[in-house]
Formats: sequence, structure tokens, C-alpha cells
Amino acid sequence: MNSVEFEKIILATKTKQTRILMGMPITVEILDPEIPEKIFNRVFDYFAYVDNRYSPFKITSEVSLINQGKIRPNEWSTEMKSLLAMAEETRQLSDGFFDVRTPEGKLNPSGIVKGWAIHNAANILKEAGVQDFYVDAGGDIEVHGAVWRIGIRNPWNRNENVKIVSLKNAGIATSGTYIRGDHIYNPKNGENVNEISSLTVIGPDAYEADRFATAGFAMGAEGINFIERLAGFEGYMIDQKGIATLTSGFEKYTYV
Amino acid sequence: MLTKLKKLSLSLFVIFSSIVYVAWQKSGDQTNSNSLSLNSPNANSLNSGQATNLPPSANGSTQNYRDGQYTGQPADAYYGNIQVKAIVSNGKISDVQFLDYPQDRNHSIQINQVAMPILKQEAIQSQSAQVQIVSGATDTSQAFQQSLDSALTQATLS
Repeated sequence: MNSVEFEKIILATKTKQTRILMGMPITVEILDPEIPEKIFNRVFDYFAYVDNRYSPFKITSEVSLINQGKIRPNEWSTEMKSLLAMAEETRQLSDGFFDVRTPEGKLNPSGIVKGWAIHNAANILKEAGVQDFYVDAGGDIEVHGAVWRIGIRNPWNRNENVKIVSLKNAGIATSGTYIRGDHIYNPKNGENVNEISSLTVIGPDAYEADRFATAGFAMGAEGINFIERLAGFEGYMIDQKGIATLTSGFEKYTYV
Repeated sequence: MLTKLKKLSLSLFVIFSSIVYVAWQKSGDQTNSNSLSLNSPNANSLNSGQATNLPPSANGSTQNYRDGQYTGQPADAYYGNIQVKAIVSNGKISDVQFLDYPQDRNHSIQINQVAMPILKQEAIQSQSAQVQIVSGATDTSQAFQQSLDSALTQATLS
């Protein structure tokens, strides 16, 4: 059974709902006293739409059809072209570290789709008149209105936070993996590339934060310097020894 | 040291996954393989108050498995698939190997070094203040758990 073929509701209250979509928990919480009718369904329907169109794991997605050679570039949707243009811009900004093309030449836009979808979902909420809310897809988040307190998870203990930031009208995304253990090395050069456990990036929205968290994480220890050089972004990188490196403006977000 | 730490983080995952697996079995929700019960939707309660595990030190699983090598189902980590093989000896998980993992983030291109300010560093510490949301890399760890769960199901039932 493919985990992305159905969704599961794991929390549903009047103000906060969580569902599993795109293989991850997606949560929307709204603080406004008046919540537009069916707004949660509209947002989750949007994520389902994105998954159906862009998942490389769905055989009928536009991405899969492109990879199977079933549709030619002139038949690609306008939205696909626009997304790929954003991906290309990110590739150039990151000196090639961000790339939606796999080494085999296949298209896998997952690295840009998640943050982009979160940002678009936030816009759906804003256009419906919602002011104080967040959208959280698998730990990448966009917050609006109120000041939200957000924990950065301990890479070795998911029940524990190692930093707390206060954000308003911003995006935050964490790239990381715990699986680059002894058996994992870069197949290109045989080197172990896993000195970094996680890289958290704060930016103007979830799209911006996510794409540069993905790009920066691919750079290894150099990623935090890349974030430092990006105007309007801050980062918090945790290495394999549990030492964090902060960009120079990060502490303005630190919650005390 | 680094190797040890990695192994320890893996063992923590293995133990945690076993707990989640048991809870999942007891919940009776066995028809739904997408039951990612690992992630509590209530971020408000993410406040353990414990000392930071650094490096994580946990040992000993209470569950006994049949000896052998068990390959888990590939699990969708969205950025790619994760598939693990669990090796059980003397009833304990002795190793977990990754047969597949998302590789699209591995790039060997160099970027230019420029003059940089010395960035502040700190040892990570547990924060006890309550939060409303948590940012973390959940995708691969959940897929890891899914694949490991399916491997351990074989070790238990087959």
C-alpha cells in the first residue's frame, strides 16, 4: 500500500486539525474567533491536489508522466513550468547544490514543492480572511498574525526542543536526517558527508525557508555560511556532536 | 566517537520504534499502514523537562525477536524512499542497515569560500518553555520507522 494514496485524519477540533498527507503530518491551527466554513478541508484538499500533481511516487502525477516521457515539455502545465523556474532560480542561487534533477536525469521537485505548498496554503487562509494561524507540514512551518512560539527539535530526541524562537509572519524549515550512519556515504565520491544533523532556516515565508534549508543542508557544514550570506534569512545548524552554529542575526528570534 | 554516537542514535531510534510499534499493535488500528502515531499532534505538550540526551544513551530492548535478517518495506519519505534491513541476533537487534535512502540531497560540488564572520557556537541544551509548534526533520525518521516496523513485524511473526 502506498502511503500517499490516502489521507488519514489524526486530529480534528474546531480550531486545529492534523492529517497525514504527502506522507507526513500536516497541521493547521487557527486562532481567529470566526473560522470560515470548511476552511480546513479547503487547505487539506489543496495539499492533496499538490501531492497528486507533483509526487514522484504517484504514477499518474504530472511529474511521473514527465519522467516516463509521456508528456513533452510543450505539454507541461503552466504551474509546472513556473515551479521549475523557481527551482532553477534556487539552483543558481545555491551554486548548484539545490537541484530538482536527480543524478539519473529524472525530475524530483519534492525539495521545492513542500515549502511552496505550505506558502500557497497560507495564502488560501489569508484570502479567506483568516489572520492568526499557522500551517505546519512535516516540521516546516509558516506562521501569520500572532507571534508563535516554535521549538527546534533535538535531532536525537524528538520529544525535546533545543531552541525556541518567536516568529510572526515568517517561515521556518528544518532539513536533516538521522539516517546517515555508518552505512551511508556519498555514492559520487565515497566520502562520508554527514557531519550535519540538521539545519533550520528562518525566512520570510515557508517557501523561502524550505528551499534554502534544503540547499544549505546539501552543503554540509558550509550550509550555515550560505545562510549567513543570504539577506533576510537566519539559520541554526546542529552538527553530529550536538554543537549548534548560529547565524549572526539568529538570536533576535530567540524566545526567552 | 562519531561512529559510536551514530550507533547510539540508531539504537535510540530502534528502541523508540519498538515502543511505537507495540503501541500501534495495541491500538488495533492495523488496517492502516499509514498510522504515523509517532508524531503527537499536540505540540503544546512537547515539554519533557528532562536533561538533553547528548549523546543519546539508551540501551536494551525489552522485546525479543527471532534471529535473522529482515528487510523492511520501502517507505515513502517524500524526498525519496527509505528501506532498512534489521539484523537480529540473540533476540536483539544487532544492526540496522540502510538499503535505500533519499540521495537527492547529496551533492559534491564545491562552493567558493568567502570571508565570513566567526559564527557563534553553543552546545545544544534542552529548553523547557512550552511551544505551540515544532520544527524538525520528520520525514526521513518517520519513513525509517515505517520500514523498520515492517522488518520487525517479520522478526516477530514469521
